[in-house]
Amino acid sequence: MQSTLGAPTLSAIFFFLIIVGLTLAVTYWAARRTKSASEFFAAGRSVGAFQNGLALAGDYMSAASFLGIAGLVALSGYDGMIYATGWLVGWPALMFLIAEPLRNLGKFTFADVVAFRLRQAPVRVAAAIGGILTLIFYTIAQMVGAGNLVTLMFGIPYNVAVVVVGAVMLAYVLFGGMLATTWVQIIKAILLLFGVTLLTVLVLAEFRFSPGALYQAVSARYGAGALQPGGLVTDPVEAVSLGLALMLGLLGLPHILMRFYTVPDSRAARLSVVYATGFIGYFYLIIPIVGFGASALVGRDVILAMDRGGNMAAPLVAELLGGTPFLGFIAAVAFATILAVVAGLTLAGASALSHDIFLHVIRKGGASEHEQVRVAKIATVIFGVVTVLLGVLFKGQNVAFMVGLAFAVAASANFPPLLLSIVWKRFNTAGAVASILTGATLSVGLIALSPTVLVDLLGFKAAIFPLRNPAIVSMTAAFVAGALASLLTHEPRAEALFSDEKLRVYLGVGAE
Amino acid sequence: MLDSPEFHELISRRWRMSLVLTAALFVVYYGFILLVATNKPLLSTPLGSATLGIVVGIAVILLSWALTAVYVVWANRHYDPAVKQLRDRLR
Repeated sequence: MQSTLGAPTLSAIFFFLIIVGLTLAVTYWAARRTKSASEFFAAGRSVGAFQNGLALAGDYMSAASFLGIAGLVALSGYDGMIYATGWLVGWPALMFLIAEPLRNLGKFTFADVVAFRLRQAPVRVAAAIGGILTLIFYTIAQMVGAGNLVTLMFGIPYNVAVVVVGAVMLAYVLFGGMLATTWVQIIKAILLLFGVTLLTVLVLAEFRFSPGALYQAVSARYGAGALQPGGLVTDPVEAVSLGLALMLGLLGLPHILMRFYTVPDSRAARLSVVYATGFIGYFYLIIPIVGFGASALVGRDVILAMDRGGNMAAPLVAELLGGTPFLGFIAAVAFATILAVVAGLTLAGASALSHDIFLHVIRKGGASEHEQVRVAKIATVIFGVVTVLLGVLFKGQNVAFMVGLAFAVAASANFPPLLLSIVWKRFNTAGAVASILTGATLSVGLIALSPTVLVDLLGFKAAIFPLRNPAIVSMTAAFVAGALASLLTHEPRAEALFSDEKLRVYLGVGAE
Repeated sequence: MLDSPEFHELISRRWRMSLVLTAALFVVYYGFILLVATNKPLLSTPLGSATLGIVVGIAVILLSWALTAVYVVWANRHYDPAVKQLRDRLR
């Protein structure tokens, strides 16, 4: 099969310019409505539940899940589907445990919730460490992926691609704040869902709209093994540990959690999770069809020849079934996906630096609205420049494990203090700091000692820590450390304020 | 308000609901993962032109939707009205 992949085609450039033009126009519109801190960080709490559901889905459906899972299914068959289910199951858990209390207690960041009745400075600093570590690992994976993808699809040099992504997303966040970032996510989510739906319909049309005929074609070409579990999940402890990180890591991702402050109340927060779960579940239901279609129609050899990771499976099947224009559309959508996700990460990083560190630690809560927005914009530029530098620094590195690392840190350092601060009266400052630092140190440290880093990356024969994902150990340890440190110390003020917290969590009394 | 039995009842009902649904989600998802890890032949059973594994994988997503729906219907029908009643009393 002849492919135009790797060269900038007219249709790809056309769709790319339309998407960038549209999103920059939205940014211009949003910039005129973004003056106060609450507008910059939380879109003035004016986003509807349906819109926020789409924006949450947009934040979560990264290029890794679109191109990566389609590729994994195309190359390994059923094992890719196991991954797809793992990416969805965090959403119901987020709904049952965190969403409504988070909305009622916080203002702009998840640290607002943890620090609600505790001593501000130590808790904010610790929470910023956990939050920013998560964001940095997530950002490295996105930026390196972005550079590689754009090079692969458009033939643009890696460093140029990284700088373009950095510059455009910085324009969204810097001028349009959360309102622009939200609408960029919504546009991207609609384009992505539309593109993947069209791709699914085109694939199924080749098999007279019978998934059975598609499965038959796959097993005729690659054997029954393509539809059966293979080598991805074999060790039960490893499988559960990865599952815990995927599921509960979502409940500690700062850029996802901050979206709940953009809606007016906890009822809208709850409904936005329903919409997000619907869109994301639908996405992961149909993505395997695209993957199986690529394997049956394009062939694993052609996909592998283009990219060893299989990332080009979806673009290749798009080109086969819809010609160069459809490939151009899918390539532009993949690019928009990266832009939107990185913009969300940058805004979350800026809010940790300016709201948690500058306002609450350096200024002890006293800074004018004007100054808060100015510092937020400076923090945005700092985080944006760091993002581009990280992309350049990690060029050519195998960063696939960084997403897993981000989820492990989120599940271990951010989720335990968040949950404990909501449900446990005795939880106090010492407990929060202990659980965050334990979770962050153990999750990063154990991954550094794991087979992923020691064997795969550095070439040692054996690893010191046996699991590839440490969440089962690091998250448990964070809960234990939080409980022990709280029980060993006394903080009467934190316990006294728990009544206020309850009124606010369950009745919304005093919520922002 | 803090001492009222209705407020305590509201909080414990909310967490009972959350924990039951979270437990169900854990059984569904970790059950699936552990089945993949420990009993591959079962999931490889052909089912039409697909396999049992494909059907179970799709079922995990559909069940996640169902549990989410149960929570939101419960919250809209029972939790929100109870909250409103208690808030009115605070005024």
